[in-house]
Amino acid sequence: MSVAICVQNLTKQYKDVTAVDNISFTVEQGHCFGLLGPNGAGKTTTIEIMEGIISQTAGQVIYKGKEFQGKKVDGNISQLIGIQFQHTALQDFLTVKETLILFSSFYRHTLAQEQVIELCDLSDFLNRDNRLLSGGQRQRLLLALALINDPDIIFLDEPTTGLDPHARRNFWQLIKNIKAQNKTIILTTHYMDEAEQLCDDIVIMNQGKIIESGIPHQLLNKYFSDVFIYLPAEQVPSILVEKNQWQKLAGRIEITTRDVEKTLTLLMNSKVSLSGLYVKSANLDDLFLHLTGHSLIGSK
Amino acid sequence: MNIKRFFAVFKARNIEFFRDKSSLGWNLFFPVLLLVGFSFIFSGDGRPAYKVGWVEESKSSQSKAQHNSFKDTRFISFIHYKDIDVAKVKLSHHTIDLVIANQSKRYWVNDESAKSYLVEKIFSEKLKSYTRLQIRGGEIRYIDWVLPGILGMNMMFSCLFGVGYVIVRYRKNAVLKRLKATPLTAFEFVSAQLLSRLFIVMFTSIIVYSGCNLLFDFFMLGRYFDLFIIGMLGAFCLISLGLLVASRSKSEELIGGLLNVTSWPMMMLSGVWFSLEGAPPALKVFADFLPLTHLVAGAREVIIEGATLVDISYHVNCLLLMSAVFLSLGAYFFSWNAER
Repeated sequence: MSVAICVQNLTKQYKDVTAVDNISFTVEQGHCFGLLGPNGAGKTTTIEIMEGIISQTAGQVIYKGKEFQGKKVDGNISQLIGIQFQHTALQDFLTVKETLILFSSFYRHTLAQEQVIELCDLSDFLNRDNRLLSGGQRQRLLLALALINDPDIIFLDEPTTGLDPHARRNFWQLIKNIKAQNKTIILTTHYMDEAEQLCDDIVIMNQGKIIESGIPHQLLNKYFSDVFIYLPAEQVPSILVEKNQWQKLAGRIEITTRDVEKTLTLLMNSKVSLSGLYVKSANLDDLFLHLTGHSLIGSK
Repeated sequence: MNIKRFFAVFKARNIEFFRDKSSLGWNLFFPVLLLVGFSFIFSGDGRPAYKVGWVEESKSSQSKAQHNSFKDTRFISFIHYKDIDVAKVKLSHHTIDLVIANQSKRYWVNDESAKSYLVEKIFSEKLKSYTRLQIRGGEIRYIDWVLPGILGMNMMFSCLFGVGYVIVRYRKNAVLKRLKATPLTAFEFVSAQLLSRLFIVMFTSIIVYSGCNLLFDFFMLGRYFDLFIIGMLGAFCLISLGLLVASRSKSEELIGGLLNVTSWPMMMLSGVWFSLEGAPPALKVFADFLPLTHLVAGAREVIIEGATLVDISYHVNCLLLMSAVFLSLGAYFFSWNAER
């Protein structure tokens, strides 16, 4: 795998606030790279420096071995990348089709419109006014605009924020389809399930700094070898809870174990009903909690 | 400058305007409503005081004394002219009621004007030693006189708010940020906005003028081509001013205030409703720095006096100069988003 983007010692200072504090990472070509963290962690600032929307205070961004200065890398960087911002309005009174035509006129090389329409599943509302689009339709159009110049690198800044679960899952499938075309995707999100579903590599940011990075399942294995088993508290005898030092939490018993099979055998031998049993392995939110002492979701 | 990108933004902005029915309707009907309203309100003369044109041919103490003896009469305002022909044209259009050339001891009355007759009677004693000369000319209706002002004012609001407000709204809701992320340059974007608004303003103004002309049969002494050119230059200058005002702001509240501060002095002091003749000199100097003053004055001279572009070259040059200044400053200060 070749390196698509290399970020070195990037810093962004706003008066008294250091939004991004000396961070470095690399993004492999064809990977989906996740920038994770709560709101205010510095994800959007980092991604917007990489896009050339704002300038850094220090450090550099290198695209395929060439340093990025302002909007220029071998011409204009905006010809080479696709961007979906976290907050963007579209021009009022234009239809979806007209918006696609408008944006395609900005680029030297574009995908065929039919291809973009099919890829982002826009055909059902092509002639609809932008103002009348649902949240999911709107995000699909914004993704289409990010893809219209057939970019090698696509930046998606919290693309599923505000979408219902069904629309989110549809959007994930679109991103998987794009990824299958060997495109490099840089994704920011505070949805950990989204990162687990889509990302090959992640960087976890907090207060402008990188606090951990790596491949999601390897990171989870590094920090969590235990699995959590939950049972309704009334089904588990107190003597068993005390003897095994299990935790009683809000009407249920939390059992932390490395050997699920052995624990289940113990429960069955003790005549404990397994009705309502729930098994959970650690996720990235647990990892964030572990690393920072507070939950990612709670800190939004 | 990439023509393809420029034209795409130009077209998109035009589509946005013409599909926004409320905005289009307002631009078309507001000036018509004003014209209809004023045609009823000011169906008479519309000017409260008598006005006498005073042609100063010398600055001798004797001349000053004579002038003072005329000035003693209350409720009559004296307007100084250097060129006697200009004053006579004004008299022929009933813009003023009498012309006195003091040095050559001559005065002119308009036989078709009741006010001219009355002013002559008022000054009959003082004018005994003067030679009486006559001018004929029908009255320019107030609606003919106010037409360039109302069209100019409508153009001003459309240019300032249609460009300034829209750009700030684009900036606030990140449309500009999205466009910045494309290869579109600031120059292409700004020039597309400018020309799109120019097209919209000229299109709506021509529709309004033509429609109202069917109703009111406007007076027109000059050439329509000259009127079109001065209108276009005025609109271009006002759009440039709108771009300058909106070059950095991200707040719709602030831009609303700034645009009001910019437009209200022009509405009151650019001769939209009333002639600035006889106004204090300082006010006239201030009005000279307002683009609408030159648009309205130039258009009025073409319509009422039959002036050509050469005759109104002062207004044309002022508009060109102001456009260059506003555009240069607007381009310098323009920002896609808050960070520069």
